Amino acid sequence: MTATDTHRAIDAIWRIESAKIIAGLARIVRDVGLAEELAQDALVAALEQWPESGIPDNPGAWLMATAKHRAIDLFRRKKLLERKHEELGRELDAQQKMAVADFDSAIDDDIGDDLLRLVFVSCHPVLSTEARVALTLRLLGGLTTEEIARAFLVPEPTVAQRIVRAKRTLAEARVPFEVPRGDEVAARLSSVLEVIYLIFNEGYSATAGDDWMRPALCEDALRLGRILAELVPKEPEVHGLVALMEIQASRSGARIGPSGEPILLLDQDRSRWDQLLIRRGLAALQRAEELRGALGLYALQAAIAACHARARTPEETDWPRIAALYDALARGAPSPVVELNRAVAIAMAFGPAAGLELVDALTSEPSLKSYHLLPSVRGDFLFKLGRFAEAQAEFERAAALTRNAREHELLLGRARACARGSAPLEQR
Amino acid sequence: MRFMMLVKHAESSGAPPKELMDAIAKLSEEAVKAGTMVASGGLAPTAASTRVRVSRGQITTTDGPFTEAKEIVGGIAIFDLKSKEEAVEGALRFMELHKKHWPGWEGETEIRQMYGPEDFGPKT
Repeated sequence: MTATDTHRAIDAIWRIESAKIIAGLARIVRDVGLAEELAQDALVAALEQWPESGIPDNPGAWLMATAKHRAIDLFRRKKLLERKHEELGRELDAQQKMAVADFDSAIDDDIGDDLLRLVFVSCHPVLSTEARVALTLRLLGGLTTEEIARAFLVPEPTVAQRIVRAKRTLAEARVPFEVPRGDEVAARLSSVLEVIYLIFNEGYSATAGDDWMRPALCEDALRLGRILAELVPKEPEVHGLVALMEIQASRSGARIGPSGEPILLLDQDRSRWDQLLIRRGLAALQRAEELRGALGLYALQAAIAACHARARTPEETDWPRIAALYDALARGAPSPVVELNRAVAIAMAFGPAAGLELVDALTSEPSLKSYHLLPSVRGDFLFKLGRFAEAQAEFERAAALTRNAREHELLLGRARACARGSAPLEQR
Repeated sequence: MRFMMLVKHAESSGAPPKELMDAIAKLSEEAVKAGTMVASGGLAPTAASTRVRVSRGQITTTDGPFTEAKEIVGGIAIFDLKSKEEAVEGALRFMELHKKHWPGWEGETEIRQMYGPEDFGPKT
């Protein structure tokens, strides 16, 4: 193996092992920043030694042991609290007495707990959202600072600073390296899910021609979600979020047209939907449903996505079920945008008049005043009801509100079709 | 990036030892916990299989077993990973288990990247 090959292998090993190593160290040294530094020291040692000595049989254990020895050295040199040194010394003595196999299994037993602690600490509410995202991707996703910077289109020093400050904030606030309990769990878990979904959406919003690191964020988020689902399998909203991400990701091959333009769900070529991901998404949704009767907000959104995923053609879509799910979503997380989506689903299920009734109630909604989809949807209902003059006015209003050139053209096309009183030649 | 691993070996290898099966189950469980395992499956013996071949303008159907085959595909696994090196590392660990728990067994894991949406779509 050449030195370059070894280095690439080490990178791969690092991606596989780093989160577990940092998590295990953080439990011992009680400081996430220090844990990462020690892990990085071990990585440097590996990069120096393995090209000569070869990659050890159990690279994860080698890295962990090396990092722990660094920790001992550090405490000795800094003469930190006797108690910490003793704790660490005792731990190392105990481990040196164990056979290597026992050592490995001891790490394995704790590792789930440690990883979970690391997840919660990285997403701690004392940190800003950007800091949580950067720290999570760094410590749990194994991304380099440069990769995070490229993914979020910010300069690398900005990300580096964000991470440094995040670690300092955690240390200064003395955030304990613990899994939250009791009353705290729901809110803290919600924060974690929010971070993961934010990462996913950043990737999902990437456009053709973007750096590949950007859409790759969807995979990073999916991976984190799946890991979390195994760490806290009894939490239905975790499975709900994973289901939502799996199903949304299943459409990535169908979302972009030949000239880079986005394609709406109902117009997508369904043969390009990834059935493996759909199957995983449906399985995750089932886990959520089996855990608790009422679906949480992520699970509801996943259930809506699942309705589309199950339909082999747009005509086979179970619109009444989607409408019912939007009813539940509107009750749980009411918002004008949810109401608008609900109106579309109801119109598909029960006819445009039913949809129009709902949309009319939204026309005075201040947050939707500049939202071009409101008049666009209203125009569509009016058109289907044969009220062409009113529909034309709505499409023109919508065209004026959108800044997207393609969207603008399509809406004007629909307005012209109203003037002719017939369906346009090119349907959306 | 998505990779398929094809595990190939002589069909007459016999039944794998329990320690190997246990170790493989544990490795699979770790992959699930790492969020990288997408799907996996063992393939039934070639006695139950069929090959449909087109060659020189003819299509022929042949039922197994395929005793003349040096190696057959015994199982596959599909992973979502960041790089091919991760796939190689995973395959190395898988094969280490075979070496350790089934000495004398010979076989090969072939790593193939699966085309994804990043390979189709508009070129930049």
